[in-house]
Amino acid sequence: MSAIEKTVPDADAPTAAHELTRQTERYALPPVDIYEEADRLVVVADLPGVTKDGLTVEVEQGILTIEGRVDRSEAAEPLRREFTLTPFFRQFRITEAVDRNRIKASLRNGVLRLELPKSEAVLPRRIPVEC
Amino acid sequence: MSVWESLREMDRLRQEMDRAFEGVAPWVKRPLVFLPAAGARQYPRVNITPTPEGYLVEALAPGVSPESLEVNLQGNVVTIAGEKPAPEGVQAAAFHRNERAAGRFIRTLELPQDLDPAKVRATYTDGLLRLALPRAEAAKPRRIAIDAG
Repeated sequence: MSAIEKTVPDADAPTAAHELTRQTERYALPPVDIYEEADRLVVVADLPGVTKDGLTVEVEQGILTIEGRVDRSEAAEPLRREFTLTPFFRQFRITEAVDRNRIKASLRNGVLRLELPKSEAVLPRRIPVEC
Repeated sequence: MSVWESLREMDRLRQEMDRAFEGVAPWVKRPLVFLPAAGARQYPRVNITPTPEGYLVEALAPGVSPESLEVNLQGNVVTIAGEKPAPEGVQAAAFHRNERAAGRFIRTLELPQDLDPAKVRATYTDGLLRLALPRAEAAKPRRIAIDAG
């Protein structure tokens, strides 16, 4: 598979030690942004060509799995090809501090946005001081 | 700041190298890249497919705000411009990962034949911009009647 056929340059993407990645030829690693807000973690992933029906987001045993399937049918062989739509797969370990029951996901313009609220136990709490 | 400056310097050097070696190895379809992590790629990547009416251009552009997308056509030259916004209001320190590129882009494509600007159809779904570009009337093949003498 030539480099030009990958949707995402997965060989170049950074991988961290605590990230589980099943990297086979059939999958591309979607690039992600992960950032922290006061009360939640936000994961944003680029998944071009993935529709709502083709997307699976799962949390199991502390592992967040993002899997996207794409429609690879093409009417004709392109004159010029710079990308091939590839299915996506990426996993992250999420901490106990995330409230797994309140995770929200939305998909818009090929971008998945996951909101992982921090659980009550880890939210900062102001302690009233009595005198 | 000085780190950033030297990175910019590196990038400039790399671009110059890429330019200097352009066309040295025409059998290599991928552009030569001197810093493997920062491929000098044009954005967005496109596939150009022939259709009975003309051409279908598909561009891989997830997360672009549809209002910012602009497609211009002149003769056989198509220009795609737009902006992929970065997450708003996030402090640099709040990022655990920042792999998604963001920013404004512009790309110009030259197609083999003139196109009909009146019949262009553009759609943007699931992060893919699709342009159906029918051939211009003047560019269509014409059968020439032969006078047999």
